[in-house]
Amino acid sequence: MELKRVVVTGLGALTPIGNTVGDFWDGLSKGKNGCGPITKFDAEKFRTRFACELKDFKVEDFINPKEARKMDPFTQYAVVASDEAIADAGFDMETLNKNKVGVIWGSGIGGLKTFEDEMIYFGQGDGTPKINPFFIPKMIADSSSGQISIRNGFRGPNYVTVSACSSANNAIIDAFNYIRTGRIHVCVTGGSEAPVTIASVGGFTAMHAMSTRNDDPATACRPYDVDRDGFIVGEGAGALILEEYEHAKARGAKIYAELIGGGFSSDAHHITAPHPEGYGALLSMLDALEDAGIKPEEVDYINTHGTSTPIGDPQEIKAIVDCFGEHAYKMSISSTKSMTGHLLGGAGAVEAVASVLAIQHQFVPPTINIFNRDPEIDQRIDLTENIGKSRKIDIALSNGFGFGGHNATVIFRKL
Amino acid sequence: MSDIAEKVKSIIVEKLGVEASEVTPEASFTNDLGADSLDTVELIMEFEKEFSVSIPDDQAENIQTVGQAIAYLENAK
Repeated sequence: MELKRVVVTGLGALTPIGNTVGDFWDGLSKGKNGCGPITKFDAEKFRTRFACELKDFKVEDFINPKEARKMDPFTQYAVVASDEAIADAGFDMETLNKNKVGVIWGSGIGGLKTFEDEMIYFGQGDGTPKINPFFIPKMIADSSSGQISIRNGFRGPNYVTVSACSSANNAIIDAFNYIRTGRIHVCVTGGSEAPVTIASVGGFTAMHAMSTRNDDPATACRPYDVDRDGFIVGEGAGALILEEYEHAKARGAKIYAELIGGGFSSDAHHITAPHPEGYGALLSMLDALEDAGIKPEEVDYINTHGTSTPIGDPQEIKAIVDCFGEHAYKMSISSTKSMTGHLLGGAGAVEAVASVLAIQHQFVPPTINIFNRDPEIDQRIDLTENIGKSRKIDIALSNGFGFGGHNATVIFRKL
Repeated sequence: MSDIAEKVKSIIVEKLGVEASEVTPEASFTNDLGADSLDTVELIMEFEKEFSVSIPDDQAENIQTVGQAIAYLENAK
């Protein structure tokens, strides 16, 4: 079967450094920090008291209050970002065959805030289960893709992928596969997360996975710095409209880039720790390169998973060197999580948007907060330290790795 | 209008996202005020919470209009 080509024709972003694609790129290119003290709950007794929250976001500006009330924040973010992407794609909704439009979304957790609130309410009662009838439909992770389809009348395949922090990359790859095999014409994809909650922050700190740099949140997320001490949760969403190339051309759509490959692997090693040799990460990148049918030397930019954890960062760089050999030193590499924090199931989506924008602008966003580069990280690797730069980017690769040992990689090309 | 009627009305306005002027005694939750089955369950639960009463399911089924809700809750007091 001849596979069809798939292009990106719309983007949406709701992130801690910008609530629209334009503001997101402005923040990314200038190295804006998205981290600050937690305002969503009283974190006084928490070991980590900061996060990358959205700024000046009022859901009622986007979704009517009656509808918004029936959505967990992670679904609200999904709806807002996908609305932006759908508008950006400029479809004629009258002529678009909505039966051939899918919605495949990623979320690592789903409606955690909803779950917490309901259980706290239950815990305060006398044991009578006065559970709100909207509890289940708000909480389940697939309510995000469901709400997007209801809002737009898209009747193609509809579900949510759950693979922790590689969820959105898995969603993008699934969407890619449905379009290139001709099953659908268009897919709304991406991912969202709303993890600035007591259970999430408390749970991740219990794992010693998060930074505890409470005295200086603005520099807490410092991938590849010798003093990095864990990741920082971020909230928000990224959205992409994937479209079959001929379909996009026929309607004269603006095309950002082509999605040329997706790869995945599993570490088969440990439920939270990455493989010590970065073997799963290597397999995922090799699989994506093979799928894309390109040589390693053709990749210009890698948006790394790079979460700022002591163990994860060097293993990914080692995998990159193993995968790309000498070419690893000619590429530009950056972790945009240094600015956005870690959006967990939404991370891959926000970083796919960042990668596509990097191609569009021919500009590499920086890895901020590198004060003292870790000597254990190969010194010949260009981490785009602290300041972004213009360069030729024909091909960009984005990695996402999740608890559970899930790895997924996507590759975009300039068209 | 009684305190109970006022409270019932404000709960309905909030939960169903409708205008206060639409919340007339004859208005049916599902036919006139746009409620689906889950909205109706949630409304009954809100009434129970607000007025500290317990409404059995078989009686909840008979509360389908604003007026029926107010009458039930006034009787329950």
